[in-house]
Amino acid sequence: MPIWLYILTSVIKSIVVLVALLTSIAYTVWLERKVVGHMQNRWGPTRVGPFGLLQPAADGLKFLFKEDLTPPHVYKPLYIAAPLIAVIFALTSIAVIPFGNSVTIFGYSIPLQVTDVNTGLLLILGVTSIGVYGVALAGWSSNNKYSLLGGLRASAQMVSYEISLGLSLVGVLIMAGSFSLREIVDSQAGHFWGFIPRWNIFHGQIIGFFCYLMAAYAETNRIPFDLPEAETELVAGYHTEYSAMKFAMFFMAEYANMITVACLATLLFLGGWHGPLFGPAILQAILPLFWFGAKIFAFLFLYIWVRGTLPRFRYDQLMAFGWKFLLPLSLANLIATAIAVAW
Amino acid sequence: MISVHLILFLAFGAVCVAGAINLLAQTHPINSALSLIAVMAALAGEYLLLGAEFLAAVQVIVYAGAIMVLFVFVIMLLNAGVEEHTKGSRVAVLFGIPGMLLGSLLVAWVVLRHSGTEAVAAGALPGAPKTIGPLLFHEFLLPFEITSILILIAIMGAVVLASKPPTSPAGGPARKVD
Amino acid sequence: MVPLSYYLVLSGFLFACGVTGFLIKRNIITIFMSIELMLNGVNLSFVAFAAHWHALAGQVFVFFVMVVAAAEAAVGLAIIIAVYRTRETLNVDQVNLLKL
Repeated sequence: MPIWLYILTSVIKSIVVLVALLTSIAYTVWLERKVVGHMQNRWGPTRVGPFGLLQPAADGLKFLFKEDLTPPHVYKPLYIAAPLIAVIFALTSIAVIPFGNSVTIFGYSIPLQVTDVNTGLLLILGVTSIGVYGVALAGWSSNNKYSLLGGLRASAQMVSYEISLGLSLVGVLIMAGSFSLREIVDSQAGHFWGFIPRWNIFHGQIIGFFCYLMAAYAETNRIPFDLPEAETELVAGYHTEYSAMKFAMFFMAEYANMITVACLATLLFLGGWHGPLFGPAILQAILPLFWFGAKIFAFLFLYIWVRGTLPRFRYDQLMAFGWKFLLPLSLANLIATAIAVAW
Repeated sequence: MISVHLILFLAFGAVCVAGAINLLAQTHPINSALSLIAVMAALAGEYLLLGAEFLAAVQVIVYAGAIMVLFVFVIMLLNAGVEEHTKGSRVAVLFGIPGMLLGSLLVAWVVLRHSGTEAVAAGALPGAPKTIGPLLFHEFLLPFEITSILILIAIMGAVVLASKPPTSPAGGPARKVD
Repeated sequence: MVPLSYYLVLSGFLFACGVTGFLIKRNIITIFMSIELMLNGVNLSFVAFAAHWHALAGQVFVFFVMVVAAAEAAVGLAIIIAVYRTRETLNVDQVNLLKL
């Protein structure tokens, strides 16, 4: 493929993926409000558009028009940089996530992935590690004791659960034999016993999936691990002093992290875009995307379901859970997988 | 000859140099820490240019994403503020910076003059995890195990050193400098 | 094509900046960060030579340097916290008495 065509298709793919991601973020917020509302026996947003579907647009406009107040005592360079860091690194990891097999346009085969890096999984782990800085620097630069405590707690929590997150992924790596996300999904194709799909969750990684789920809840600061931003404990944690667009950026970063984690879980444990294919050829080209979206939706629904149901952990319970239970469990999963594969 | 490889090398190199100079020039340690993170990220880019992709990822995850987080935590917790200029530090700056500049220019001139133009191709190293793994677990197994014990010792040492001293009279409370 | 000497000059410059920072800075944490800068400069040198001579052992050695730097950072920062707790200052010039 000539180099200019490669650059052009990459740019188009990046724009499409970014627009899709931002829209998904907006509608994940809507989904959460609706689902939590129905769980609490009330309607969610219903007034703005049918079923409240235009609520995200209204929220976006609200954030744009709000007064962006910069308190006088903050450390300005970091105060402005922290939400940028959070959002940039939350949106970056979508670049290595494959959405389906290649499509063939005008004779060129274009993979449905912005870039297929050899070490795609490591890149996502690296981006998660750097995203901790957005939270920590936001808490410190706000010059406010609630923000500092919330920021430190949130970043300590994220750093602690990163280890279990990485280790739970290594089990999948051992079974797939490659860091490239596309190859990991390809290793989950097919069925065994005729009808059970060879997804990693059925293929022996159920404990790995559990560890990944817990670590993902803690990494994205969601209930039951959301003490750092609990309103009753710490005012609002690290984003206390932020208003309007900067607060919206933190919000977007949190939901983008949720969607990234859901995409990763789908690719690594739930078989990616593999699902029953039927119908004419045009339908068969679109069905993988549909299965991918359906699995992400199921994972996000699980996230929101847990949010509506469980109370939150206290901070020392949270750290003890991460270090004394989840880390040994991930290690045991790793050792068991290694032994099983070596035989 | 100008190639994309050279342009990328110069771009990452410029970020490294700017970050290193900024680390020296800033007075508040948090700014120095952020410059160091920028240097590490640019170095990860340089490793990628040389083909060591696993090492670039490990540099970002471990160095920039964990060690520097430790540094930033300590700076935030201790909250020390901008550093003062003492007499000793003024003398060191006056003599030290020109001296260091002279020394590094001398070394650079010697290196550039006495080495040929053997070029390192982009992506010269087979740096995929598949190639590093066997090395790490076959030839370098002993250092690997020893470093794991080293990390264990470091964890225990850090926990002991950073814990609060006992407040009983037998241990003695910490005395403050007046 | 980038000559090997360019990589070495960059690595040497980073190392020189690290040494300069170690000597002229007065805040303990900044001095410690200059040490990390020196280690990074040396890492670049290792990887450049490994690429030049196609010796994979250079990369593995960088791996170990990073691990040792992590261990050293943990212990060093714990020592800094202990020093701050007793002397109430992070200025190296004021930590000049063996016994308070």
